[in-house]
Amino acid sequence: MNQRNAMSEYEVVRIMGQEEDTQMHVPVPPHREGGTSFPSPHETPAGHHAKPPIDCGGAETREIAYGLLRVLNDDDEAVGEWDPGLDADTLRNALKHMVRIRAYDDRMMKMQRQGRLSFYMKCLGEEAVSVGAAMAMENRDIVIPSYRQQGLLFVRGRNLVDMISHCITNSNDNVKGRQMPVHYSWKEGNFVSISSPVGTQFPQAVGAAMAFAYRGEDSIACSWLGEGTSAQGDFHYGLNFASVYQAPCVLVVVNNQWAISTHRNLAHGGPSFAARGIPYDVASMRVDGQDFLAVYAAHKWATERARAGHGPTLLEMYTYRGDSHSSSDDPSIYRPGNEYDSWPLGDPVDRLKAHLVKLGEWDDERHTALEADCAKEITAAYKEAEKHGTLKDGPFPSVSTLFEDVYEKEPWHLLEQRGEVGI
Amino acid sequence: MAPAGATWRGGDLMAQMSIIQAVNSALHNMFERDETVVSFGEDAGFYGGVFRCTAGLQEKFGKHRAFDTPLAEGGIMGIAIGMGMNGLRPVAEIQFADYIFPGFDQITNELAKLRYRSGGEYSAPVTIRTPCGGGIKGGHYHSQSPEAYFTHTPGLKVVICSNPYDAKGLLISSIECNDPVIFFEPKRLYNGPFDGDHTAAMVKWDSHPKGEVPEEYYNIPLGKAETIREGKDVTILCYGTMVHVVSAAVKNNGIDAEIIDLRTLVPLDIDAIEDSVKKTGRCVIVHEAPRTSGFGAELMSLVQERCFWHLEGPIQRVTGWDTPYPHSLEWDYFPSQARITEAIKATMEE
Repeated sequence: MNQRNAMSEYEVVRIMGQEEDTQMHVPVPPHREGGTSFPSPHETPAGHHAKPPIDCGGAETREIAYGLLRVLNDDDEAVGEWDPGLDADTLRNALKHMVRIRAYDDRMMKMQRQGRLSFYMKCLGEEAVSVGAAMAMENRDIVIPSYRQQGLLFVRGRNLVDMISHCITNSNDNVKGRQMPVHYSWKEGNFVSISSPVGTQFPQAVGAAMAFAYRGEDSIACSWLGEGTSAQGDFHYGLNFASVYQAPCVLVVVNNQWAISTHRNLAHGGPSFAARGIPYDVASMRVDGQDFLAVYAAHKWATERARAGHGPTLLEMYTYRGDSHSSSDDPSIYRPGNEYDSWPLGDPVDRLKAHLVKLGEWDDERHTALEADCAKEITAAYKEAEKHGTLKDGPFPSVSTLFEDVYEKEPWHLLEQRGEVGI
Repeated sequence: MAPAGATWRGGDLMAQMSIIQAVNSALHNMFERDETVVSFGEDAGFYGGVFRCTAGLQEKFGKHRAFDTPLAEGGIMGIAIGMGMNGLRPVAEIQFADYIFPGFDQITNELAKLRYRSGGEYSAPVTIRTPCGGGIKGGHYHSQSPEAYFTHTPGLKVVICSNPYDAKGLLISSIECNDPVIFFEPKRLYNGPFDGDHTAAMVKWDSHPKGEVPEEYYNIPLGKAETIREGKDVTILCYGTMVHVVSAAVKNNGIDAEIIDLRTLVPLDIDAIEDSVKKTGRCVIVHEAPRTSGFGAELMSLVQERCFWHLEGPIQRVTGWDTPYPHSLEWDYFPSQARITEAIKATMEE
C-alpha cells in the first residue's frame, strides 16, 4: 500500500487506465502537429451574404451567423451588398492605424524582452478587429474592451506617450501603476479600464448601454471578449440581458482560435460562436476579421441598429492570434510555428494594402515609407515616455497612491495603514 | 394631511414602519430626489420583491426605473456596474444573501476594484441590497450571513441595519455614497424585533421606538455605530438581529452592559469601540455568521491591539458554529440569550 493510499479514507478505485480504452471524448486541436487543414467558414465567398435591414429580427441574420461575412475577394476587390463604399482617404487612414499598431506592438515587445516592460501582449493578425470597430463608431460610444483591442485607443487618438507610460508604469501612468501593462483606462476617450477576469465586461457593457437608453441618448456600448471566454457565464448573462432589455450595444467575440494554449474547439461544441446569439434572438454575424471592410461594415450596421433602438448585435470576429498570448507565453509548445502564415484568410494589413494597390491608391514604396515613419514615431514616443521614468529606475507613482482610490475618501483604517508606512 | 397611522412630531411626519416599509420609503424618497436612481432584481419590479421592499416603485416611477431581471446574479451585478459607470445610481436587489455568490466575481473583482484599477477614472456607485441571516427556518440557503467575504474586500462598504429607523437612514446614505455599498437587511427583523426566543409570540415594530420613522428624506451617516445601551461592566459589540438578542440577554440578566450596534462594518466606527472598551475593560462580540474568519475575528484583533492595557478579562465571542446553517436544529445554531449570558459571565469572572 502506498503512502497516499494509506492516508486516504477511500478505497482507490482503478478505472480505465489507457486513453484508447475509454469512451470519454476530449477534443484536441486539429493541427497541433502542423498542417493546414483549417475549418472551412472561409469557403463562403466574398459578397455572398445579403445585407438585412437594420431593424430585422435576430433570426434573419441566421445565415450570416453560420456563414462568414466577407467583402474583399481573392482578387482584392470589394464586392457585394456589404461593401461599405469607403473613399481612398478613409481606407489609407485605416491602413495607417493598423501599421502604426503593429509598429507599436513590435517596439513594446522588444522593450519587454529587454526587461523594460514587465509584460506585453501583441495583437498581430487582429488589427482590423479593433480599427474597423472604432472607425465605425463615434468617440462618444463607450467601449469596454478585453485584451488586444489597443486599436481602439489609436483610432480615438490617445497620446502614445501616455499609453507607453502606462505600460512601463512610470510616474505618468494614469492608472498609477496599479495594473499590469496593457490594462489601459482612458475616460476621456470613453475607454473603460481593462480587467483581467475574463468576460465580466459583457454584462457591464449591457448595463452601460441601458444607461444610455435610460437617458434617451443614442450613444451605444461595445464590448469584446475572446472565444475562450465565451465559455463563461458572463457571456451568456450579457447576451440574455442584452436581448431582454434590447440594450443598444454591440457584443463582439474575437475568435482568434487560441485562448493561451486552449484551442477554440474546447470553448464550444458547435460550429460558430456567432450562432450562439440566434437562440437569444440577438442579431448575430460571423465576420472575416482579416477583412477590414467586412469588420467595418458589420460594426457600422450593428452600431446603426443599436443607435436607432433596434437592439443588440453579436459579432464573431473570425481571426487568428498571430503571436503569443503574451510575453509570458511560448506558443511553439502547443501549436505549429507556421500556423499564422497558413491562415487561409490571410493578414489584415496585407489584404487592405493589396486592395488599395488594386484601386491604384497605394504602392509598395508608400507602404515602406509608412512603416518607417511609424517606427520612428513610436521610438520617439518611447524615449519621451521614459522621461517620466522607467520600469527599472522609476520614478513610479508615489507610494501614497497605494492607498488612494480604494474609496472616494480614505476611511480611518486606510489612513492608519498609510501612517504605518510613514506617508 | 397625515396618512393613516402617521403622526407629526417636531415638524416631521412620522409613521410606524417595519424594516420592509422603511426600506421601501427610502427607495421612494431617493427615486423622487434623484432620477439617476434605479432599482432592479429578481421579482423586484412588477411584483415589488419577494419581501415587498420595492413595492410600488414600478407603478409610481415606471418600469425603466424599477424593473425585473433574469435570474442571474452575475448578470445583475454586471449591468449594475455598467449602469453605475455610465452615470446611473443603481440599487440592485439580490433576493437572498445566500444567492450573492454567482455575482461574487463581479462584486469583488469588478465593482470593488473599478475605482482603484482605473486610477480613479471610473467608479460605480452601486448599492446592493440583500436580506441576510437566519431565524426564519430557512435552512442553509436562506439563512446565511456572508458579510465577512465582503468586509475582506477593499473597495466595498458594508452596512447592516437592525431596525426600521436605521434601515431607512442608512440605505439613503448607501445610495448617496459614491463607493459601492453592500446593504444587509436581516430578514428575521423585517417585520419585528426578535430577541432570540422563538417560542415567544411574534412582536411587531409598532411598539418599538425605532419603528417610528419619518416619511420624509433623512440620512444616517455610514461609519457611525450607535450605543443602544450605556453600561459600565462590559462592552458588547453586535449588529443585525443579534442587537436584539443581546439586548434581551442583558435585560434578563441584570448586567450593566454597554451595547454597541455597529451598523457599518466597513468603515468601522473604531472610536466608539475603543472608548467603550477602555471604559468597561471587558468585551464580548456577537454575530450570527460562523466563527472562523468571521467579522468577530477582526473585532477581537482590533480590541486586542487598541485596548489591551485596559482589558480586565479575555475577549469573548458568541457566533454561529462553523457548520452550514441548519434547518431543524436552527435554534441550536442561532446564538442564544443563554450563550451570550454565558460569555458575559466568562469575561466578568476573570
